[in-house]
Amino acid sequence: MLAARVTRRWEKLPGKNTFCCDGRVMMARQKGVFYLTVALITGTCALFFGFECPYLAVHLSPAIPVFAVLLFLFVMAVLLRTSFSDPGVLPRALPEEATFIEMEIEAANGNVPAGQRPPPRIRNVEINNQIVKLKYCYTCKIFRPPRASHCSICDNCVDRFDHHCPWVGNCVGRRNYRYFYLFTLSLSLLTIYIFTFDIVHVVLRSMDSSFVLICFFTLWSVVGLTGFHTYLISMNQTTNEDIKGSWSGKNRVQNPYSHRNIIKNCCEVLCGPSYPSVLDRRGVMLEAPPATTTAPVKSTTPEPQTTKTTAPLIPNEHTPEDVKPSIDTTSDKTCPASEDEKPHLSQFPPLASPDTLEPAGAH
Amino acid sequence: MATEFHNLQELRHSASLATKVFIQRDYTEGTVCKFQTKFPAELDSRIERSLFEDTVKTLNNYYAEAEKIGGQSYLEGCLACATAYVIFLCMETRYEKVLKKISKYIQEQNEKIYAPRGLLITDPIERGMRVIEISVFEDRGSSGSSSGSSSTSSSSGR
Repeated sequence: MLAARVTRRWEKLPGKNTFCCDGRVMMARQKGVFYLTVALITGTCALFFGFECPYLAVHLSPAIPVFAVLLFLFVMAVLLRTSFSDPGVLPRALPEEATFIEMEIEAANGNVPAGQRPPPRIRNVEINNQIVKLKYCYTCKIFRPPRASHCSICDNCVDRFDHHCPWVGNCVGRRNYRYFYLFTLSLSLLTIYIFTFDIVHVVLRSMDSSFVLICFFTLWSVVGLTGFHTYLISMNQTTNEDIKGSWSGKNRVQNPYSHRNIIKNCCEVLCGPSYPSVLDRRGVMLEAPPATTTAPVKSTTPEPQTTKTTAPLIPNEHTPEDVKPSIDTTSDKTCPASEDEKPHLSQFPPLASPDTLEPAGAH
Repeated sequence: MATEFHNLQELRHSASLATKVFIQRDYTEGTVCKFQTKFPAELDSRIERSLFEDTVKTLNNYYAEAEKIGGQSYLEGCLACATAYVIFLCMETRYEKVLKKISKYIQEQNEKIYAPRGLLITDPIERGMRVIEISVFEDRGSSGSSSGSSSTSSSSGR
């Protein structure tokens, strides 16, 4: 009787991401270079396993291909984790929060004379005796937390934004920087490993060395990138900050996030806690009438713990047009079914009912 | 004037939303998750300052515990790295465990302290860990209570 269709939040998220596996996988829109990365790694390793490993296993040691396989699997695992996970996207402000922030800005700016440009929206905070400017994001309608930045390719604010990497098809931010670094590191090791045994093979069999050349060029770029990120980690900086020269030292500006100790900086970035995603992708949305939405007809299994309490809220194909509920229902929105559900007064906050709208004095 | 509500369910059914107060993050110690304990003026007549500050301080302690970089986080990180992070598909991270505790704590606070005063705290994770949203409700039935629009206009005229 109820429609089996369930709309999950990822279908309505703003921003230019693509989602797969019903919201579990999150990537950028352009994935072509990512497929190239996967093809290059898999192809090179396939050639290595196919042409060189049989000889090396027999004449040197069977451990050589075994270790190569393990390394290859590790590289693919961290690559997929980097590409498919949420980099630390900050959800956009809901209307009430956006209004609240606007009011605060207006109160802070005071009265701007007509014709004059209002001052830029900046908030100053002091972090470890350093003044850091928090910028306002006009797209997301929030003041960006320190170290966050807006990625124009994905159209999201990302926490501890490092850079947008087309090779992994995703932004690199707080949640997946560690995996990105391990990817570059393990890929460097894999490339060096293959390169070394290529040379050994060539020397032992006196064969042509064209394959060695390809490895040589890949090696330098990947090893160079790993070295660069090792430097950034030891200084507790992001690529974004490095490019902009935020903590370059001019005007006695120093990095307030650095512990001034290489070991501590590395530990914080690599061994810190794994942050959870704050972007709700798999939450179930209350069904709006089909006329206004273009929800894709996915045959997802109906979620048992939906927030719907009364059946008529969910129109299906057979509900006549005139009995479809309107969106702005006040009491229904604030009485969810499950006991641990907080009121989702998100999209259409219930208006105060007329009898409370009295011009009474303030308390 | 304190409006009486008996429990959370009654709050949701019989009250109408007057305004929302947003407690911002406190970045003075860096990017760790910490909220400001400054008491907002809109809650002045609704709840005692000490109760509010206790709630925020306890939440800050929970978040500090979740983000602590120490023996347990190293162990978790190294173990996860050794398994190429496949273990995260079946294991819950420490942060997620603490978030569950936070969620329970907020629900308990809502039931015991905030709902009887016509307030409701939203878990920060639902707002991207940016703000603690406190919804201020007015009883629909009572006609003598101050209106939502007047409290909103009083806050903008500050």
